[in-house]
Amino acid sequence: MTQASDLAAHYDLVVIGGGPAGLAAAAEAGRAGLSTVLFDENPGVGGQIYRAITSTPVADRAILGEDYRAGSDLVAEARTGGALIANGATVWSLDPARLVGVSIAGQARLIQAGRVIVATGSLERPFPIPGWTLPGVMSAGGAQTLLKAQGLVPDGRTVMAGGGPLLWLLAAQILRAGGRIEAILDTMPRRNWLRALPHLPDFLLSPYAAKGVKLLREVRARVPVIRVAELEAVGDDRLREVSFNGRRLPADLLLLHQGVVPNVNLAMAAGVAHEWNARQLCFQPVLDEDFNSSVPGIAVAGDGAGIAGGTAAAERGRIAAVAAIRALRPSAPVPDLQIIRQRLQREEMGRSFLDWLNRPADSFRQPEGDTIVCRCEEVTAGQVRAVADLGCEGPNQMKAFMRCGMGPCQGRLCGLTVTELIADQRGTTPAEVGYYRLRPPVKPITVAEFASLPIAEGERLAVEN
Amino acid sequence: MRAMSEEYDVAVVGGGLVGAATAWGLAREGCRVALLDEGDRAVRASRGNFALVWVQSKGIGLAPYSAWTVRSSNAWAGFADLLRDETGFDVCFQRPGGFHLCLSDKELETRANALKRLHNQPGAVDIKSEILDRTQLIKMLPDIGPDVVGASFSPLDGHVNSLRLFRTLHTAIAARGVRYLPSHRVEAIAQEGGTFRLATSQGEIRAGRVALAAGNANMRLAPMVGLEAPMRPERGQIVVTERLRPFLHHPTGTLRQTDEGTVMMGDSHEDSTDPSGLTLGVSAKIVERALRAFPLLAGANIVRTWSAIRVMTRDGFPIYDESESHPGAFVVCCHSGVTLAANHALTVAPMIARGALDKSLVAPFSARRFYVQATG
Amino acid sequence: MFKRLADSGKSVALTVDGRPVDCRAGDTVAAALLAAGVDRCRTTPVSGAPRGPYCLMGVCFDCLVTIDGVGSRQACLVPVREGMAVETQSGRREAGR
Repeated sequence: MTQASDLAAHYDLVVIGGGPAGLAAAAEAGRAGLSTVLFDENPGVGGQIYRAITSTPVADRAILGEDYRAGSDLVAEARTGGALIANGATVWSLDPARLVGVSIAGQARLIQAGRVIVATGSLERPFPIPGWTLPGVMSAGGAQTLLKAQGLVPDGRTVMAGGGPLLWLLAAQILRAGGRIEAILDTMPRRNWLRALPHLPDFLLSPYAAKGVKLLREVRARVPVIRVAELEAVGDDRLREVSFNGRRLPADLLLLHQGVVPNVNLAMAAGVAHEWNARQLCFQPVLDEDFNSSVPGIAVAGDGAGIAGGTAAAERGRIAAVAAIRALRPSAPVPDLQIIRQRLQREEMGRSFLDWLNRPADSFRQPEGDTIVCRCEEVTAGQVRAVADLGCEGPNQMKAFMRCGMGPCQGRLCGLTVTELIADQRGTTPAEVGYYRLRPPVKPITVAEFASLPIAEGERLAVEN
Repeated sequence: MRAMSEEYDVAVVGGGLVGAATAWGLAREGCRVALLDEGDRAVRASRGNFALVWVQSKGIGLAPYSAWTVRSSNAWAGFADLLRDETGFDVCFQRPGGFHLCLSDKELETRANALKRLHNQPGAVDIKSEILDRTQLIKMLPDIGPDVVGASFSPLDGHVNSLRLFRTLHTAIAARGVRYLPSHRVEAIAQEGGTFRLATSQGEIRAGRVALAAGNANMRLAPMVGLEAPMRPERGQIVVTERLRPFLHHPTGTLRQTDEGTVMMGDSHEDSTDPSGLTLGVSAKIVERALRAFPLLAGANIVRTWSAIRVMTRDGFPIYDESESHPGAFVVCCHSGVTLAANHALTVAPMIARGALDKSLVAPFSARRFYVQATG
Repeated sequence: MFKRLADSGKSVALTVDGRPVDCRAGDTVAAALLAAGVDRCRTTPVSGAPRGPYCLMGVCFDCLVTIDGVGSRQACLVPVREGMAVETQSGRREAGR
């Protein structure tokens, strides 16, 4: 395993994140002869979509599906390309001068990058319902990780709630693995169809259409699906019941999911300009066609550039890598961008339909009353709304007043909710309200690690004078 | 906009701690107050302060500043009680005495000389400070590391939960009917008859008096009413850990444990006016000193850093002034918005409500001191 | 809450709050806890409410535990190791451990 002390002080390209975008980017860059390092925080590469692709104990290929297996080829390609792949490597800082702060096994290093490709992917959209902090309530993505990486299948009374492709895929995977699901509570408003319908023709041409229909059929044949407009996790010290539509269902495990959104923390902390995506209801980086951001030398590829799925992520990673290769080593051979762009376009075709169809209901994005919004600091929706009424216009002032976003998750689980709540309460838009200002470290590092960083004389004098 | 036609007794410019404390004090005096502020991404010292209510080392070079600080420190407990009565929020003011830790003999010597100078100034007030060697210090702070050679101590030093203070003041002013107007950046101020007309990005605000409490922006605003506020902003950075069980029961000048359990480390000075950046090496130096002071922090997780622009007048002392050319216009400007919050609310605001500063208290803080030096 | 699909993989022994727990190589600490039926890994430093693993991908920080004496580690990111001592956390972490 790569140690912090093994790292060079400088790399042509630093790729952050070992999902499809990062793996494809590292493969291209390594092949072209750029000195390349890929940092990934997890024990193995693959990202979330190809989680544990090299180590999964799930032997029956039918359970996780053939799309999952496609990750193996990417890993093989990245490994033969010559890039250094460092797992267990947490990147906690990236500055506009492309200085990368990384920690491996409790040792921190600062690495200078010629170019950076941020491939930090997506995370699940916050799903703030009453009781979502109880043990026994988990994100569907979390349960899928346990299945892929450890072969753990939900046991006991399992209820799933929400919507979106991942929820249905996980349901199918659980069933194929011999698991049982008491019910799927579909929280997506029926009227979503009205806005999705005009995009249906495009979707039907996309690779997702046939798969999606098959998947829904597979699940619906075996699990009751109930459309719900309200949802609550009920319990004392853990989940006991799921409450919806005036009913209560005993449950040991509640799996929540209402889509994924870009994981923006690192790119934002690096100063990359972001904008509100009104269709996907999230912030995403402002990028050019090569996925270059507003900060010179820093690109954002994969779902972190806006949600488009795993296959598209790999193509985006290749495009960003080609841009880096052309900038640093113009003589190196690169693949035909035209072909990659065409493949990417095909992958992105059905996205509008999926986005509109799986647009989470307002009530599940903008909660009320005692529902916890910030899990770390335990700030409720009612408190955020009340402080917005005091005249607090944005999430940064809200942070100062309420501490929301100040805990270790640094707003990942509350940022979008707080922005949307302020917008709702003040009658404005999330684009106007904006997002938390983020700074390093974007993941916690210890005092000892921070203290071990190099300190220039001028920096010393700024403290000791 | 309804606000455009309204008239206020006082328009306070600046929604940070100085402005909010002044606005609250004015509202207590029965004034109709508008509090004009910028937006969410404004440069805000109040979101980046260190939350000390700090006495030692204040006033070297200007003895009345030491006395003014002690006055506020003494008023703070009562101020906190008033706020709690009005809002139900406890801002967690504590005055257990505070330390300035020294990590070398040279630092300790420098510190001792500074306090000697403070003490020997004409008109000095007794802040009961003392210099402690390592043996004395370790009895009070058992967790200090081997690099700590000694410290200065003053029993008058304390701290507070400054973010809760910020929220509490805003809650209190709302309850008292102060009109808080965010995203109202003031572009121009004119006085016609007895009325100030403040041109903002969202229309005009009219008021009988105006109090400029806009931090470094007072430099831009003060000349609009015939005053000066010479500033030299600088950037400071702060590093914060996860919440820990209480281990440190006294604040120090550069490190303290908050009532919530987090440990704040700070005190850097950079010539920068960009609050969005962060100089990693500067924060690393802050953390390195913190680790030498308290080695038991080694494994604690750092969860946040921030940088903020310090409100700093050119000589570091407050400016309280009233305009001769524009009667009814005041400047309230200082670095230590937390320490002096009690004074601003309970002493300065009533002066503004009466329409004149009490020279016996604040004459030394007129910005005229800068012109005297400039011409002299 | 969870069962193992295939009980393959090398057995790894660790302790959770002093009790022996058997898990598999390739488990993260969070997975090992859930497989062993431990669904609460800490109480919060704010209100003392119980929490368990939520995201399993390193973003939510709800699975913080003490591992071999080092507090507030993300259980979902740390692979298990033979002999590892895992402790659930209660409220704020103690400085120095």
